[in-house]
Amino acid sequence: MSATSTDTPAGATPPVFTTHPTPTGSMIRAALLSEWTKLRSVRSTIWSLILTSAFTIGLGTLFCWAYVNRPPDERGGRGGLGSGLRFDPTDRALRGVFLAQLAIGVLGVLVMSSEYTTGSVRTSLAAVPNRRLLLLAKAIVLGAVSLVVSMISAFLAFFAGQAVLSSKNLGVSIGDAGVLRAVLGAGAYLMLIALFGLAIGTIVRRTPGAISALFGIVLIFPLLADALPDPWNVNVGKLLPMNAGQAMFSVRVDPDLLTPGKGLVIFLCWIAGTFAIATFLLSKRDV
Amino acid sequence: MIELSGLTKRYGDTLAVDDLSFDIEPGCVTGFLGPNGAGKTTTMRMILGLDAPTKGSVTVNGKPYSQHKFPLHEVGALLDAKALHGGRRAFDHLLCLAQSNGIGKARVTAVLEMVGLADVARKRAGTFSLGMGQRLGIAAALLGDPGILMFDEPVNGLDPEGIVWIRNLLRWLASEGRTVFVSSHLMTEMAMTADRLIVVGRGRLIADSTVDEFTARGEQWVTVRSARPAELTAALLNAGGTVTMVGDDSEVRGLSAVQIGDIALTAGVALYGLTEQRASLEEVFFGLTDDSVEYHGSVSA
Repeated sequence: MSATSTDTPAGATPPVFTTHPTPTGSMIRAALLSEWTKLRSVRSTIWSLILTSAFTIGLGTLFCWAYVNRPPDERGGRGGLGSGLRFDPTDRALRGVFLAQLAIGVLGVLVMSSEYTTGSVRTSLAAVPNRRLLLLAKAIVLGAVSLVVSMISAFLAFFAGQAVLSSKNLGVSIGDAGVLRAVLGAGAYLMLIALFGLAIGTIVRRTPGAISALFGIVLIFPLLADALPDPWNVNVGKLLPMNAGQAMFSVRVDPDLLTPGKGLVIFLCWIAGTFAIATFLLSKRDV
Repeated sequence: MIELSGLTKRYGDTLAVDDLSFDIEPGCVTGFLGPNGAGKTTTMRMILGLDAPTKGSVTVNGKPYSQHKFPLHEVGALLDAKALHGGRRAFDHLLCLAQSNGIGKARVTAVLEMVGLADVARKRAGTFSLGMGQRLGIAAALLGDPGILMFDEPVNGLDPEGIVWIRNLLRWLASEGRTVFVSSHLMTEMAMTADRLIVVGRGRLIADSTVDEFTARGEQWVTVRSARPAELTAALLNAGGTVTMVGDDSEVRGLSAVQIGDIALTAGVALYGLTEQRASLEEVFFGLTDDSVEYHGSVSA
């Protein structure tokens, strides 16, 4: 058997290929547009956002409805999950946030981890080799989309909840002290959980591991902090993401929590820290 | 043009890529050949800046890949056709890549037509067969109309029709003056498409030559059938050749077909057959990479 080689005639010079001029236009704009297309073109995005909204609004309203249907003498001292001892109409209407954070946190994780589990991260990084730019574009797009959805959800949850509570004259107005700040805080909290998920998804790279890590830190750490000896249980506990975040959307000033402003700063520190690690690892690792 | 200089990648104790230096020139198909685990994919990943070299460097059109603003205009690559989000429609998969490099929707439609996927553009990529996935990957590589194309094992798992399609595409791209770099562990495949071969084994460069030069490294002989083999053998041995009888045929080494014909004429022996033989590319390849194949499986390709 003899090998056949090229079928171009010997001595013929091949044409020279002329590369097109590189398009003008900004890299960040291109990366943002691309990430927006990525986010809107998978079903998991719309489902996570629907769940986020449904949990925030539906559960908040349900909690309010359950409260007004209690006999009046039982309405006092039963705070229940995640709240202090006293009833607060705004807290009650925003209680769905505790479940909604699972849905939006998973969305944040998936924005990066799905790139790794499907292998598309290699295609993405071949298209956008500036890895910081890729992560930044993802964070901006995810942050913007989740902020819109979670703010709308928080406000709808508040108004729906107050509508239910006002049937027994238990509701408050958005203009009352601390109320608007708490509703804004709830929306911001959900968006920040999504970003926290993105950073952890970038660090961990696999979806199940990243989801476990995210909710381990958010939900399990406070339980672990409780086991610390007094006063460390409170001092450490209030610095944890969920407690710091919860301070943002509580109307009442809970002595065991930070002030709303400090809560926001501490939560932002957690996010900045995880993003710093995520950026470092993403830039350094082979994919 | 891709230039590798002393490119090295070490994973723990294993040298996946060991001091590779070569240029990949425009206007021809360069085959990147080696057994599985020879370091071909790792080399391609380093070209794309996905893996960082332990030592050495690689540039694409004079710059490291990652320093190109919109690199899809420089290099189009297909590393793994399955590496995409299966829930995304084919059109959206291409659109997000296009947008990241300042490419518009019209081009997405155009490349989908070019690879014959226009009818299934709205289907989710996860529902695609292997062949369709491969075409989608190639469409992605063509998005930026780049001067360099790089394909990792593009014919793996394809049906004959798909294989022919890829072969023609590679030849057509090279005929336009583009740089085409394609890896394979299949020698015959490379013989069909490549002009130049870069052969690696255990991460090392084994050969860098044209396909013709490469085959010339193998053994050459002439098969002769004649009326009176014994007489002819004597004459050939006299002239300095070596002769092995295989059935009725003589395999002659050390003399060309022309020389044998002349010797037969002088000896007055009629020739019924005179065929030049060459070791196949496969045989040369296996001879060169013999000690590399024991490596099988210890490093992912």
